[in-house]
Amino acid sequence: MQNDKAKLEEVLRSARKVAEQAEVFSASARATTVQFEANELKQVESRESSSTALRIFREGKIGFAIASGGGDREALVDMAVETSQFGSPANFRFPSSQDYSKVRIFDPKVEKIAMERMVEIGKQLIAKVRGHTPDILCDVQITKGTVAVSLTNSQGGEGGYDKSFFSLSLAGILVRDTDILWVEDSESSCRSDLVGIPELTDRVVWQLEMAKKKATVPTKLLPIIFTPHGVASALLSPLVLAFNGKAVLEGASPLKDKLGEQVFDKKLSLWDDATVAYGVGSYPFDDEGVPSQRLPLVANGVVMSFLYDLQTAALAGKKSTGNGRRAGGGFPSPAISALVLEKGEVSFQAMVKDMKEGLIVAAVIGAEQGNILGGDFGGNVLLGYKVEDGEIVGRVKDTMIAGNVYQVLKELPGIGQEARWVGGTLQTPPLYCSGVSVTTKGN
Amino acid sequence: MSGDWQHSTISEGHCAVLFFIRDKGYNTGMRDLIVDALNGHSADYIEIHFEESQATSIVYRGERLEEISRASSSGGNVRALVKGSWGFVSFNRLDGLKGKVSLAVEEARLASREPFRLFSAEPTLDTVAPQLKMDATAMPLATKKDFLDRYNDIMLSSPKIQSTRINYRDMKRRTTFASTEGTYIEQAKTDLSARLTAIAREDSEIQQAGLSLGSNGEFSAVKGLDEKARETAKRAAALLSAPQVKGGEYTVILDPILAGVFAHEAFGHLSESDHVYQNENLRQIMVLGKRFGGKHLNIVDDPSMHNLRGSYKYDDEGMPARKSYLIREGVLEGRLHSRETAAKMGETATGNARAINYLFPPIVRMSNTFIEPGSASFEEMLRDIEEGVYVKDWYGGTTSLEMFTFSAGEAYMIRRGRLAELLRPVVLTGNVFTTLQNIDAIGDDLEMNQGGGCGKGGQSPLPVSDGSPHIRIRHCVVGGR
Repeated sequence: MQNDKAKLEEVLRSARKVAEQAEVFSASARATTVQFEANELKQVESRESSSTALRIFREGKIGFAIASGGGDREALVDMAVETSQFGSPANFRFPSSQDYSKVRIFDPKVEKIAMERMVEIGKQLIAKVRGHTPDILCDVQITKGTVAVSLTNSQGGEGGYDKSFFSLSLAGILVRDTDILWVEDSESSCRSDLVGIPELTDRVVWQLEMAKKKATVPTKLLPIIFTPHGVASALLSPLVLAFNGKAVLEGASPLKDKLGEQVFDKKLSLWDDATVAYGVGSYPFDDEGVPSQRLPLVANGVVMSFLYDLQTAALAGKKSTGNGRRAGGGFPSPAISALVLEKGEVSFQAMVKDMKEGLIVAAVIGAEQGNILGGDFGGNVLLGYKVEDGEIVGRVKDTMIAGNVYQVLKELPGIGQEARWVGGTLQTPPLYCSGVSVTTKGN
Repeated sequence: MSGDWQHSTISEGHCAVLFFIRDKGYNTGMRDLIVDALNGHSADYIEIHFEESQATSIVYRGERLEEISRASSSGGNVRALVKGSWGFVSFNRLDGLKGKVSLAVEEARLASREPFRLFSAEPTLDTVAPQLKMDATAMPLATKKDFLDRYNDIMLSSPKIQSTRINYRDMKRRTTFASTEGTYIEQAKTDLSARLTAIAREDSEIQQAGLSLGSNGEFSAVKGLDEKARETAKRAAALLSAPQVKGGEYTVILDPILAGVFAHEAFGHLSESDHVYQNENLRQIMVLGKRFGGKHLNIVDDPSMHNLRGSYKYDDEGMPARKSYLIREGVLEGRLHSRETAAKMGETATGNARAINYLFPPIVRMSNTFIEPGSASFEEMLRDIEEGVYVKDWYGGTTSLEMFTFSAGEAYMIRRGRLAELLRPVVLTGNVFTTLQNIDAIGDDLEMNQGGGCGKGGQSPLPVSDGSPHIRIRHCVVGGR
């Protein structure tokens, strides 16, 4: 990484000649993916990517440029100067040198996992799932990789870290006549031994078992248990948007004036936590050099804080919360690190037992298509089960759900006692909700 | 897996690359480097992609210009086929290319599927450059900003508008493709996409309306939008007091834009044969000749159309673009293929293997997908609907092959053959095997929509376009509260 640092310093030096302040951010990643298609090993991929981004304050305005891959790093300063003529006013300072607390995100063992071992894991996953349902076709991806991040700015701030990641994902498709059943799940961590192979297959097999029979629902308001995957699939996007400091600042978040107010059920607490050991969303400092933290967003139903990067915080008269993130190494913007929804006291079985008539929802499609800014969620239930008199009776189809998170999460009949990670950026228990609109065909 | 595909045993040999090129202004230094790297490996087939791109993005949030940035990128990849399996290596720099080719070959050897022969391709030598009247990527930043400033001001000064979003992006991409079969193609492509969003607020109620647009890089796409920006803002404000539709089954009329999204989601993705080629059950459902809709229904994918966002001369496997009928007169006539899927299904490659950039291998994708015009007028479709919904414009769409959803940006009740009150945006859903049968009228007013982009297998957004005339669907499930 020594070489990299010299290049960063060089870009910073030439930027300082034309700018009041400057910041250089670079990220490089290597990943290897073993990919099975329809139960067979189709492809092995190695990818390398890298980017260097320059942000400058010139004549009081922000300029920005990025070079990816072998893109022209020499031209970075010129491009940043060109954009700065039109940029927004520079209203903050880049953070100066500071101590970053240690966040565990690197496991040297990940790099050493042999491709043969990854192939083996894939075969194992597929064999286990086919042991339950022989004619299922599985697409499996096993990925290992590392990311190296470094940052330096004209105010003396600098830092760097390495991060590893290991992930498994499995999607199964079962076609009978014109009926298509999808099952899927994934596991990921910075540490390979925290990625549970039997846990993953157990969950997929459970989905297949529950989906064996079919059931129908009427068109009406019904209680719904969202599994952790269901929470991520249906409820997450409106919340992520509403806590974004930018949406709050411009008045487009329904939570704009709700800081300190009870908006959600008392049982609900939500954190943005960039410090979880070996969490794939974790980091010691954000992409602007601000230290990471465990930030309470909702405590016992009360809205506690929003997510800020440096620029948005300055405009809002707040401090950055260490949530300045760059998609693809680009322009920073407030974003979650990893959301942690605190678990409750009800077991999944007890929730199901409690339902006279309702649904369990594991996945919806189209949830992001409504007015999510206003809190609406909804979509077609891709994987969900009907509950009658406390028993799961089968899979539902041709069913849509629709609701608003601010109504549905205001009073929750229950929060599950078993939380788990979904996609590495959300840890949540199942949520038991009431009064969600359900629409089916032929009503 | 059984099937009608007969594979022949392929003996492994050293690939030899023979080029007989008349100099046509290629980058000869790069050509020599790439051709040299392709030589001397034990693989059935190898290809190398290299690309360079430049992009400009401009983002507004409310009255603030939030981001204005320039990006430059370059890199490439190697894909090797050995005994039926693929190795893929992406890289940032061309140096050490031979070693990267070796790695891809080594990776491919790890797998052991049944060997197959790729759908055959004629060795092709060509260079392709866009012909633009006014290339957006060459316009000064100040000009781009002037237009966007104007639309932003129009929306912001409209009543009840709390905030706005504008996302503008243009890019140019120059790709080089070479294979061990002797193909060498250089293509340059430009693309422009933008979305204007108006956000209206009253008390704690928030509604939004948007306008998506795009072009093959022609700057005229962002000119002359004053009236549209004004309408978008008005619509967002009107939604604040609009009622929610009561969920249920309705007869719906889709405007050309939303019907295009419908064609893309409800049928286009199911036509991508990488979903089908390894799945015996799906192959039986998707057997050519099967009836999917009425005689009036024709669905086409055509990358060879001129000057649309999904247009190109060669796909990312170097195959020439061609028009494919997916459904003709209601019957399944074809599907979209890569060289692998075409070979394995015993069908013809269609030139639909595309990659979003050099970090990804090409996969089967749509290009310009549309429903061909019929003969019904909008008034005729409307006339005999007692109660229904007219849906326009889009928020998005998604599919699980069998089930799909797509959402309208604008919706109106239809009562007794007439358009009635404005509704909150609605989500529509259906099952592909029944919904296409339920299309009972197809209009005469085909329009192609250039906004948005398509995502699949982690590759998003890919420039595509889609289109349709107005269409009417019976028994469509509309979600609501």
